[in-house]
Amino acid sequence: MKDYIRKYKNWLMLSIFVAATVIALVPLFGVLGYVLKNGLGALNMQFFTNLPKAMGLSGGGMANAIVGTLIMVLIASLIGIPVGILAGIYLTEYDRHSWFSTAVRFATDVLTGIPSIIVGIVIYTAVVLKMGNFSALAGGLALAIIMIPLIIRSTEEMLKLVSHSIREAGYALGISKGKTILKIVLPTAAKGIITGAMLAIARVSGETAPLLFTALGNQYWARSLNEPIASLPVQIFQYATSPYKEWHQLAWAGSLVLILLIIIINLAARFAFRSRHS
Amino acid sequence: MSKKRRFNTSLGDQFLRLVTFLMAFSVLVLMAWMGWQMFDAARPSIHTFGFSFITSRVWDPVKEQFGALPFIYGTLMTSLLALLLAAPIGLGVAIFLNEMAESKFRAVIGFLVEMLAAIPSVVYGLWGIFVLAPWLRETVEPGLAKWLGFIPLFQGTPVGFGMLAGGLILAMMILPTIAAISREVMASVPNMQREAALALGATKWEMIKVAVLPYAKTGIMGGIMLGLGRALGETMAVTMVIGNRPDILPSLFAPAYSMAAVIANEFTEATYDLYLSALVEIGFILFGITLVLNFLARLLVWSVARGPKGGNLV
Repeated sequence: MKDYIRKYKNWLMLSIFVAATVIALVPLFGVLGYVLKNGLGALNMQFFTNLPKAMGLSGGGMANAIVGTLIMVLIASLIGIPVGILAGIYLTEYDRHSWFSTAVRFATDVLTGIPSIIVGIVIYTAVVLKMGNFSALAGGLALAIIMIPLIIRSTEEMLKLVSHSIREAGYALGISKGKTILKIVLPTAAKGIITGAMLAIARVSGETAPLLFTALGNQYWARSLNEPIASLPVQIFQYATSPYKEWHQLAWAGSLVLILLIIIINLAARFAFRSRHS
Repeated sequence: MSKKRRFNTSLGDQFLRLVTFLMAFSVLVLMAWMGWQMFDAARPSIHTFGFSFITSRVWDPVKEQFGALPFIYGTLMTSLLALLLAAPIGLGVAIFLNEMAESKFRAVIGFLVEMLAAIPSVVYGLWGIFVLAPWLRETVEPGLAKWLGFIPLFQGTPVGFGMLAGGLILAMMILPTIAAISREVMASVPNMQREAALALGATKWEMIKVAVLPYAKTGIMGGIMLGLGRALGETMAVTMVIGNRPDILPSLFAPAYSMAAVIANEFTEATYDLYLSALVEIGFILFGITLVLNFLARLLVWSVARGPKGGNLV
């Protein structure tokens, strides 16, 4: 083949890859731009302090949804983070190579790919039907199930980065394996593990599908964890699909708050991780 | 380990080992339990409709007739459309980031692509309702109908809400998955391969073609399958833009329905047991499909990028 054809082809293909990257980023800026534009216009103090108002009335807020999201993410974290970290410890510290840990690792990876609405169905049949009502607990549990595989994965990756000589140093001093893990290995990997946990929190705080029929939603404050509870994503969904203009405005404002929350957690997680490596 | 060492292992040590083991084991239990729960709840529907559940196109809760074909069709069409759009673009992004971009640029663009995955589904849906669907209805669909209207896919009234909108929004959502996995796989191609190609006088594209892509091919396939898995199960954004009509129409402009969407919309409205059971069966089918898909995809990705043994001790 002639050289200039090869060069031309090279140039053409490389341009295509650049173009693909530009095309990929258009929707990001499209979505963020609209959320910013429409959300900022609708955002005010009432949004953070007021309960939703009846349809057609202005001045409603999403205070209960914001608190509801925080509560359920907290429940999910309380369950998901310990379970995930402990399982991650087992897979790296106690049993890296057996068929059992391979199976667990594989199941973890597969679980991350199961649609989140499936988790909602399972929690509905197993918890909501048994307890007789939708609740914050059921919602938090559904989010926890989504969180666990994410945390296991990140914990494992981080513990694998810990140099084995550090562990050996512990054993050489006569420290037991358990203590070595808890006092030496975990602190060394702590920042990475926290980063992973934060990313998992960011991921579940935007989940809607698993909450639709576990937490359900609520126009008022939930008085206990055993009641239906509002959440930002579900509220956004309900308002976006309603026919009322005021509610559409609130949906944009809610989206802005939700996206900001997620981006801030993401950036903070990355910052925490980077400071470890510098 | 000598016998003496074992005696010295304290109770606390054994406790930690046991607890961590149980937590790891719980992942397997969780997966089996999820499958069982769904199967159990879907049983009335499976018994009543049998195989006709996935071949019947009648979904009529009033007459207690449930066939899932329209939802399967909508799910497959939107997911395939999304794959056709997102796979080449995602691969292009991965090549750009891995083989072309300077490291600083790479970090920024890489972060932005990951942000695309961090935007919640429901926000995509909101944007789809108020921005994407009107744009499709007023600009894109009339244009497509004018130039490509001889193909059945592009016939019919431009509605905005339909399979085209669903497919487009899914493409945006699965692109980061495909890009990230392809990137991970390409990063595992040894640099010697690239250097060898360059040393033979290859241009950059030729290097990518002969040294990188063949090596990463299996893993990229895995990434695309993971993307497909994500598209099949994606719920909120699709629910909000697909039009929610259980029909099987050839046109991409036509409103349709997806498996996840019908579950999301009708689950809390299911007024009797068989209705609920039918919805759970749709979920069970979805669970089965994504399980198999993820299983195969992970096998492909693992064979290239991440050893199934979890890597060696550093």
